[in-house]
Order: sequence, then structure tokens, then C-alpha cells
Amino acid sequence: MIEFSNYDILRNLMFATQWTILLSLAAFIGGTTVALTLTAMRLTRNPTMQRIVKIYVELFQGTPLLMQMFLCFFGLSMLGYEISAWGAAILSLTFFTSAFLVEIWRGCIDTLPKGQWEASRCIGLSFLQTLRFIILPQAIRVATAPTVGFSVQVIKGTALASVIGFVELTKVGTMLNNATFEPFKVFTLVALIYFILCYPLSLYSKHLEKKFNVSR
Amino acid sequence: MSLVNLHQVHKFYGDHHVLKGIDLDIKAGEVVSIIGKSGSGKSTLLRCINGLEHYQEGGITVDGKEVTTEDIQVRRLALSVGMIFQNFNLFPHMTVGENVMLAPTIVLKKSKAEAETTARAMLEKVGLAEKFDSFPEKLSGGQQQRVAIARALAMSPKVLLCDEITSALDPELVGEVLKVLEQLAKEGITLVLVTHEMNFARDVGSRVVFMHQGKVWEQGDPKTILSNPQTDELKQFMGAVL
Repeated sequence: MIEFSNYDILRNLMFATQWTILLSLAAFIGGTTVALTLTAMRLTRNPTMQRIVKIYVELFQGTPLLMQMFLCFFGLSMLGYEISAWGAAILSLTFFTSAFLVEIWRGCIDTLPKGQWEASRCIGLSFLQTLRFIILPQAIRVATAPTVGFSVQVIKGTALASVIGFVELTKVGTMLNNATFEPFKVFTLVALIYFILCYPLSLYSKHLEKKFNVSR
Repeated sequence: MSLVNLHQVHKFYGDHHVLKGIDLDIKAGEVVSIIGKSGSGKSTLLRCINGLEHYQEGGITVDGKEVTTEDIQVRRLALSVGMIFQNFNLFPHMTVGENVMLAPTIVLKKSKAEAETTARAMLEKVGLAEKFDSFPEKLSGGQQQRVAIARALAMSPKVLLCDEITSALDPELVGEVLKVLEQLAKEGITLVLVTHEMNFARDVGSRVVFMHQGKVWEQGDPKTILSNPQTDELKQFMGAVL
């Protein structure tokens, strides 16, 4: 049996952390892109479009992320689409992230007074011009803090990808535990690494929130 | 020739009959004050004239063109109708100058320099030339409302609609906004205002329209109608506001 020193454990965990960060980034970028599209669909005031967004949000907010991952991974391969654990993880995390971001952003856009839309209309701006020059610049300011705050959920969500066999921080933690039989040490380290990733984001989000509130 | 014409306009909010057959004809250069209790349909009437609200029956024309809530129509309408709101509705993320310059650059496709000249002239007119680079939140309510007036004027509208524009202001700030309106009236711009300022209606207005229960109940020359109301409802209303 191979002996694992503390250094070995840490080295392996650090290596796995890269994949956790990469997966989080991919999911966040994917989620933001999809959420932007969905937000635009919602704002068109077209009933069909709004319905699609509503169903999408309810579907992915109302089911566990783990089930979504299973469906993406096992479900798709049973349907004949070969998908890697990495692909399935990104796909399901993108669904998850976008479904929540759409709702967060909706709240932000809805906090803007209706008068902003009306005033824009009265000086002759089109719908898209109103969005671009009036609504989005204000909504982005409001949305930044909760969006950064939500990225913490995405990072923690990536842990579930270990279940479908994607080798990231949690998966490597489990493997190391199986090899060393030192669950307390290994999982404390794993948790600590997650904390080190998430805590600065929480702080940053709080900072943004404060900054926004002051400038209001 | 009439600038704004309403013919038998009916408006419902669900089952609620808000406007019950409004006929109104406003000529260029008139200053029309619409008065009445809250809930009498004054603001709704104003919002129908610029397409912010949909009406179900009758017809409204501004400058001979029909008013609908179709986006493209409303935008064309914005070229001839300006609107000032009770809550100013300035764009808080833009400076005063940018607020005034926005529509002329985007909608009228004026050059930045040209729009800036117009904006400065309009701000000068409302007495706020020095606030060009300030943000709205740094201004008093009265100043914000004057910026809103400048923003509307920058589109050189034929008619300016004012929806209780002094109601959200502290009493000592009302005067400065009314003074600007009075100046505009002297210059001959057509004004339609929903207002509670009876003195303004009497001294500056060319006509008072009293609305009651969704109808034009009584209208006429301000001095005559306000000192000698014909209907009991207007008498009662005058008693309540004075």
C-alpha cells in the first residue's frame, strides 16, 4: 500500500481544486449567457416567450441539481448521445445557474420604477433603446452584488459532479479518504479549500451591496 | 385648427368605467387646466393622449394623427407630445445634461454637439444652466422637475402634458416650477395640465376643465368658471380645495 504524506494529500487536493475552479467558471459563464438570453425573452412581453422562460425556471429550480446531473449524464447516454462527465456537469450546472440568475435579475429589473419605462417611451425611445440606455445600466448596478453572491452556490454545486465521476475537489477528497482512512483530516481540508474559494466572493458581494446602497 | 382632439373617448379598467365619453378640443397655444377630485379620470385622460394608456372606444388625434398604444405610433407621437410626471422620472444614472441630450441624439439623430447646444439652451430656459454636469440626486425636487421640463422641451414638442407636476414637491419649491410653466405659456407652447394649483389655473390658464366621475362636467374661461361655478359638483369641489 502506498503511504500518503500530508504533503501528498494537499498536493492532490490542490490539483483537484483547479478542476473545481474550471468547472465553476464554465458553469458561471454558460449560466450567465443562457440567463441573458432568457432575460431578453422575458422582457419582450411576448406571452409565448415568457411562458417558455417560466417553465424553464420552474423545471430547473424545482428539481434537485443532482437529478439534473444524472439525467444529463446517464439519460443522454441512454438516448444514444455519448457525453463525458465533464460535459454533463457543465450542462446541468448551466441549467441550474441560469434558472436562478434569471429570477435574480428579474427582481433587479422589477425594482426599477415603472416611471423609467414610461419616461423613456414619452421621449420616443424604442423598447431596445430603453433597455440599452435606461434599464440595463441601472439593473446591472443592482444585480452585481446578488450575482456575485450566487456564484458561491455554483462553486458549491460543482461538488455534486463528483457523483457522476468527474474528478474535482470532492471526488479527489473521497479517493484520498479511501486510500488513507483519515476522513477527518481529508474532508476538513476539502471543506477548507471550498471555504477559501467562496469566502472572498461572499465578502466581495457584501462590499458591492454596501457600495450600491451608499450611492443610492 | 385643433391640436388635440378627443371624441367620445371611453376607457375601462376591467369593469371599472374610468372615462365615460370624453369630448375635448384643444387649440394650439391654449393652456388647459384639468381639475377634479382624485379618481375622476384626470390623469388617465392625460395618459391616453400620449398613448401610455389604451382606450377602448372613441378617437384621439394629436396634430391630426390618430393616437394608439402601438409602440411605433407612440414613438412618432413623442415627437409632438411631451410629458412631465409627478415623480420627475429623471434617469438617475445620467447627468442632467445627459438626461436632456439623450432623446435628441438617439431619436432625432442629432450630433452630440448640436444636442448639447440644445440641452444647454433648454436648461438655461428653466434656470439650471449651471447644473449641466450634476446628477439628479444632487438636485432638489423643484430642480429635478425643471430638468424634466427641459428634457421634454429638448424634443420641441407641440404640446406639453403635465401630470400633477407640483404634487410631489415641498410647498416652497412649487413656485419655481410654476414660474417656468408660466414662462412657457407666454411663449405660446400648448399646455395641458392636471393640477391642484387653482391660482395658476386662474391666472395663467386659458381654460379650465372640471372632470367628475369620468366625464367633462363643466369647462370654460378660468376666471368665470372658478368664481362662478354652474354645477353643484364644481361648487362643492371649489369649497373643498379653497
